[in-house]
Amino acid sequence: MTARFALVMAWREARGSRRLALTVGAVSLGVAALVAINSFSANVTASVRAQARTLLGADLEVRARSPFPDSITAVLDSVARSGVPIARVTTFASMALAERSGAARLVEVRAVEPGFPFYGTVTTEPAGLWDRLGDARAVLVDPAVLIQLDARIGDTLAVGDARFAVAGVVTGAPGDVGIRAAIGPRVFLPARYLAETNLLRFGSLAQYRAYLRVPDDAELQSFLNRHNALFQRHRIGTDTVSEQEEDLTDALGRLARFLGLVGLVALLLGGLGVGSAVRVFVRDRLDAAAVLRCLGAPSRTVLAIHLIQAIALGLAGAVVGVLLGIAVQTVLPAVVRDFLPLEVTVRVSWPTILAGLAIGAGTAALFALPPLLELRAVTPLRALRRDVDAPLPRWDPARLGALAALLGALTFLAVWQAPSPGLGLAFAGAVVVTTGVLWLTATGLIRATRAWFPARASYVVRQGVANLFRPQNQTVAVVLVIGFGVFLIATLYVVQRNLVDQFALDRRPDRPNLVLFDVQQDQQDGVAALLAGRGVTPRDVTPLVPARIAALDGRGLDALAADSGPRRPSRWALRREYRNTYRDTLVASERLVTGTWWDSPRAPGTPARISVEEDVATELGVDVGDRITWNVQGVLIETEITSLRAVDWARFEPNFFVVFEPGVLEQAPQTIVLLGRADDPTLRAELQRDVVRAYPNVSALDLTEVQRTLDGILSKVSLAIRFMALFSVASGLLILIGALRASRLQRLREAVLLKTLGASGAQVRGILLTEYVAWGSFAALTGVLLAGVGGWALVTRVFEIDFRLPALGLAAVWTVVCALTVAVGLATSAEVLRGTPLQTLRELSE
Amino acid sequence: MMIDARDLEQTYLSGGTPLTVLRQVNLAVAPQEFVAVMGPSGSGKTTLLGLLAGLDRPTRGTVRLDGQDLGALTEDQRARLRAEKVGFVFQTFQLLPTLTALENVLVPIELRGGDTQGARERARRLLAHVGLADRMHHYPAQLSGGEQQRVGLARAFAGEPRILFADEPTGSLDAETGRTIIDLLVELNREAGTTMVLVTHDPALAARARRVVRLAGGAVVADERAATA
Repeated sequence: MTARFALVMAWREARGSRRLALTVGAVSLGVAALVAINSFSANVTASVRAQARTLLGADLEVRARSPFPDSITAVLDSVARSGVPIARVTTFASMALAERSGAARLVEVRAVEPGFPFYGTVTTEPAGLWDRLGDARAVLVDPAVLIQLDARIGDTLAVGDARFAVAGVVTGAPGDVGIRAAIGPRVFLPARYLAETNLLRFGSLAQYRAYLRVPDDAELQSFLNRHNALFQRHRIGTDTVSEQEEDLTDALGRLARFLGLVGLVALLLGGLGVGSAVRVFVRDRLDAAAVLRCLGAPSRTVLAIHLIQAIALGLAGAVVGVLLGIAVQTVLPAVVRDFLPLEVTVRVSWPTILAGLAIGAGTAALFALPPLLELRAVTPLRALRRDVDAPLPRWDPARLGALAALLGALTFLAVWQAPSPGLGLAFAGAVVVTTGVLWLTATGLIRATRAWFPARASYVVRQGVANLFRPQNQTVAVVLVIGFGVFLIATLYVVQRNLVDQFALDRRPDRPNLVLFDVQQDQQDGVAALLAGRGVTPRDVTPLVPARIAALDGRGLDALAADSGPRRPSRWALRREYRNTYRDTLVASERLVTGTWWDSPRAPGTPARISVEEDVATELGVDVGDRITWNVQGVLIETEITSLRAVDWARFEPNFFVVFEPGVLEQAPQTIVLLGRADDPTLRAELQRDVVRAYPNVSALDLTEVQRTLDGILSKVSLAIRFMALFSVASGLLILIGALRASRLQRLREAVLLKTLGASGAQVRGILLTEYVAWGSFAALTGVLLAGVGGWALVTRVFEIDFRLPALGLAAVWTVVCALTVAVGLATSAEVLRGTPLQTLRELSE
Repeated sequence: MMIDARDLEQTYLSGGTPLTVLRQVNLAVAPQEFVAVMGPSGSGKTTLLGLLAGLDRPTRGTVRLDGQDLGALTEDQRARLRAEKVGFVFQTFQLLPTLTALENVLVPIELRGGDTQGARERARRLLAHVGLADRMHHYPAQLSGGEQQRVGLARAFAGEPRILFADEPTGSLDAETGRTIIDLLVELNREAGTTMVLVTHDPALAARARRVVRLAGGAVVADERAATA
């Protein structure tokens, strides 16, 4: 009997729960955020699969950090002879100088052989130029190159010792990410003119890639298997279409999942809102529940009636959320466009939609259950007399079970949504802790107000503040939910400001803002003289000596690679090319962690002393006293680690993993980095031009430009996060409106009573205003306070930089949230202020 | 006996100190009997009614309802018993605010899983009987107090209960309206042949009962039977 009865009653009773609908709308927002992100993620995966070949441009990429050795070239030549199309692309950083405007900038040069890419097309303006690249002594450039060099199509561009005409701009290339143009705009030049530039000298950082077109998978695999050992030996990396596909899917999936976590917060806030609204709702339903019990309904039926309502409302909210999510999904590509290397086709993902529906209904049910369980405590006797309800025991097993289910579901959702299970667990834990702290802060603030009640304030203020504690007022819930939203956004703001400030600090007059690198030893004096001629003194002159590790404690790389266990050195740290320096002092951005600096002369017969950065020491599994054998351009140098250093990498200064003591590397092949400071931007531009004219191989970097780029990237990253955080704020607003409407009748009655007793409209308005200002203040203050703490933790622990509290910005956040709360509050209370007392009374009695 | 209560005692904890509301109450009610329970405020009338209807457990003593020992039943079994055999009329009507008049009357029938078509028919007939044929689809908030109590009466009889409990059914109504409610109640009761126990302050209502039990200080002080019906 009960199942049917419960359904019928739930359906009829839903009329009473309609005012919960608004709060359930908060669940819609959470569902929308998740559906949008997950559906988008599914679409990205599908698009990557469909476009993987195009993204790589070939079936196989073979790459190295130094020119291919003869053995590799021989292999490549032999497959080319067997008919496999091959195109080489050499990439390196260099200055480009526009002859007409005289502007010079660091660009990324790509020397491309004809044929690449084998899949997909590079679009140009004017059209069709890509396939003719190499027909003439001309280059194609990213649009940013023209802008930054104040150049136009047809101008002459100097790259190293060579001169090229700018034939056109590249408007789209497969695999391009929007944000990359900001990092290093590219100049595409025909590979056959590469030698003329005279740029690839000693010490230049370059990427050497060869692209192969091998459509047959088996043939590709057999090629890779055949040459695997050779590639390994020469530190040659390879990338196939399926690897590329996997990497991209992983990377974009992580991005989507991270944004999904932010969306999950919105869902949880919605759930909290539902929970608090249901708590109020339940208090209204106690009498009805008692009557039902009296008439013979078992308590589980009464519970079922209301739980079904909650689930139905959640489902309705989820349907709205799914529709909204599908709409939002079409906007998402625009938000993360700068991180997307491909066109994403928007499709409807059914599994995501079904999951969204289940999540919405489940969230509503799980958050509604703990307050609904109170209905079980209703005795039928309550229908006869009001004062009989025995409270549920404090540790009611069903209640604990409901809370456990809630926690379990939260953990499951977080782990499912997070990039990794560990992160998911951490997220779930953080949500629980944050909610707890927010709750404590919110109740603390409210208690404090009650304790230090403004007893001497005007009547209007006292009444308004007293309203905060009225029965059924959801002050804590609203403060919690809005506080959470504010907390998210404000934390983001604090972190972003600190990161930006970190670089801005380097604008202090004593910091260098111009870096000249790839200076050859014989050019050092000339470059210094050139700078001095324009009144700029080079302040740091740092030698750079490229070297590789040959052995650790006498054991060669192959032996080390075969090691296993925790002390096994990471492949990356072992095989990378180190750019080491030598000097006799520590610099400002580093400090000694263990060991001693070389203050005394080296004892005869001992190896050269080096200092290693602590993190890379961990990667290598080495400590003070261990020995490293270096291969410096074929010469083996034995060294001993005498100290470990901590390095502040965030400073724009040449920092090093490994520093040698002086007297060892002076004769080794090396390049020089010079730092200088020129306050006038025009002077900086002219210096770059002059240096490039005189020494085409030297690269100059204007740090103010780099900073602008970083600011841009940071703001783009935070835009995506902020977009997702918006869902949380919107949830907060909905819950605010819902809470205001829940206490609407009470407010109306009070207003009528006050007006009847002679209160003016202004006084009633003043009371409401006080209440809303207090509400907004509490919520924003809670969020802002916690954001300060959270931001500090992130800035100092994760980013490891100095923390500064952006107090002014946080005050602005606080003000805006207050204003918003007041605006929403007064808008929903319009009817309280309108009309004469009698008129309102008549409406109330209907 | 329809109701057989023996040695009922009820003690509540009131602010930490035990408060005995009923002591040594014995009451037997025969089928189709109409009993009014009277007494001053705080004499334990409502508590007695609650115990007889199985809404609560007595501290001591037993209640048998239509032969079943309520003390031996679980909360849910007692609920089932109420759904099948017991009807209620409340002082404050206690209509479910979210249901229409008709739906309120349907609740006891549907609780038993009765057939919908027949149930609706019966509910309509009952509402027509209490004079609300044209207000069936109104919500409680749209009905006057007297009208609400008429819906309450229709609901009480909708489940064809063996026994009806009424708690001050005229307590919230003016005298005139109260009288029509009393007339309806007595009439419905006579037609259905239901056993009825009602708690009241209203001498006019008590006068219609065949038997008046008086409580004072939680104990039965008088049990009077009218000579004639």
